Amino acid sequence: MLKADARDPALLPRLLFTLLALAVLWPGLQLSELNPGVLLQAENREQIANFTRAFWPPAHDAEFLQLLYTATLQTLAVATAGMALALLLAIPTSLLASRALSLRAASRSGRAGGWSRLVRMPVRGLLIFLRSVPEIVWALLFVRAVGLGPTAGVLAIAITYSGMLGKVYAEIFESVDQRPAHALMQGGSGRLAAFGYGILPSAVAELVSYTVYRWECAVRASVVMGFVGAGGLGQQIDLSMRMFAGGEVASMLLAFFGLVLLADLLSRFLRGRLA
Amino acid sequence: MTIHVHGAGLRHGQVRALEAVSLRIDKGERVAIIGPSGAGKSSLLHLMATAVQPSSGHLELFGEQPWALSSGARQRLRARIGLVHQAPPLPPRQRVVTAVLAGRLGQWGTLRGLLNLVYPTDVPGARQVLAELGLADKLFVQCGQLSGGQLQRVGIARALYQRPEVLLTDEPVSAMDPVLAEHSLALLNRHAQANGVTLVASLHAVELALAHFPRVIGIREGRVVFDCAAHAVSEQLLDALYANEQLASPVVQGPTLTVQIPRC
Repeated sequence: MLKADARDPALLPRLLFTLLALAVLWPGLQLSELNPGVLLQAENREQIANFTRAFWPPAHDAEFLQLLYTATLQTLAVATAGMALALLLAIPTSLLASRALSLRAASRSGRAGGWSRLVRMPVRGLLIFLRSVPEIVWALLFVRAVGLGPTAGVLAIAITYSGMLGKVYAEIFESVDQRPAHALMQGGSGRLAAFGYGILPSAVAELVSYTVYRWECAVRASVVMGFVGAGGLGQQIDLSMRMFAGGEVASMLLAFFGLVLLADLLSRFLRGRLA
Repeated sequence: MTIHVHGAGLRHGQVRALEAVSLRIDKGERVAIIGPSGAGKSSLLHLMATAVQPSSGHLELFGEQPWALSSGARQRLRARIGLVHQAPPLPPRQRVVTAVLAGRLGQWGTLRGLLNLVYPTDVPGARQVLAELGLADKLFVQCGQLSGGQLQRVGIARALYQRPEVLLTDEPVSAMDPVLAEHSLALLNRHAQANGVTLVASLHAVELALAHFPRVIGIREGRVVFDCAAHAVSEQLLDALYANEQLASPVVQGPTLTVQIPRC
């Protein structure tokens, strides 16, 4: 038996939390009808084998490669343009939503006033709205509004991603050391300047890494949206699947792998430069 | 009258940092604040710098009450006050030149401030203040690569570059060796005398306070114990100021004034 003074006071809460997490997880498994055994049934194995057998060899004739190149470029363009538009909205909203720029908080050890909290609420609400509707729904909507093609994908990514970027940027601003910015604001500096000199230097590596990761997600999302007619690799994958051209699907998945690898290398390079 | 603290109290939650402190400091005066660890020296300086709002009593700076002003007017007032922090809060990735130039953000407009972030607009100015502190070679080094003492000097350089009318320094030399500490304090005093700047410094080294400052204020447990000219500070006053009943062995007092005070 442990003596009272040798016991870690955090032990009981941790134990309870673990039990609670397990208790929540179990009904989740039941509700989602997860049963990995289904994969091993002979009939299903046959189906999977038939589907994947067609993947080899990947298609590589000149005409198809030309098509693949255009589709890949289009996917990249959709993701990049969508991210650029998203940033236009995300940067100002994150500055508005973050507590980091509160003048009042600077002289009250980080506690912002009630009024400024009230102003921040609608901005946070806007960010929640922007990201709560999945990009595929926006894409379906815009495909109807602006017609089939990449424009719908760009707009869908811009809207959803501005919500995600805005929220996470605001949280990154709040998570870094606030003292440099507070000291500047206590010295008479304006909010934006205090942000640039006090918050940005500590936050920039995290911001860049998250932005590149989101760009990678945008590439993936633009592929998914291709299935509903928003152009790029996704539309080609959809067409090839309908024609049971497994080789073409395999080539496109390889191109896709290359894109994600590229994003990963870029992120690592930038973090290395900024850390 | 530059600084007028009137019956000011300050609380951090349950802890009372300052209680009914009243002070008047005239333009161009040079004042040292001494006292044991946790006496409220930093709190008093932060209060005078408008970094914290007094929980009771009031504060007057340049004849104005900063906490009665609009937030824009208060920011303009704050630009005339420089505060040197004991451990200057500088982002480790920021370059020294940027950290020093940030001293004038209160005087520059936002646009110039942001431009200066990309392209330092006054490198000679930053180099000059750093040179006086023996740090000219660290101009383009990141703050994270500096030692504690070097960072303190960057903090002083920023405040000097700001050219404030009131310079408040919180243990500005606590991480420096004795020679550098002497030099830096002398520099601060010369700067204050040459430009008619009001200088207030909290110090844990009593001999430095007595050697460099004409007026010394002793505080203990959030109250002013004495406030007199440096030559009037007697050994009895200091004994009473630093007496510590909680330590098992009493602090050994030498015959001279060079008492070993624990760092705040």
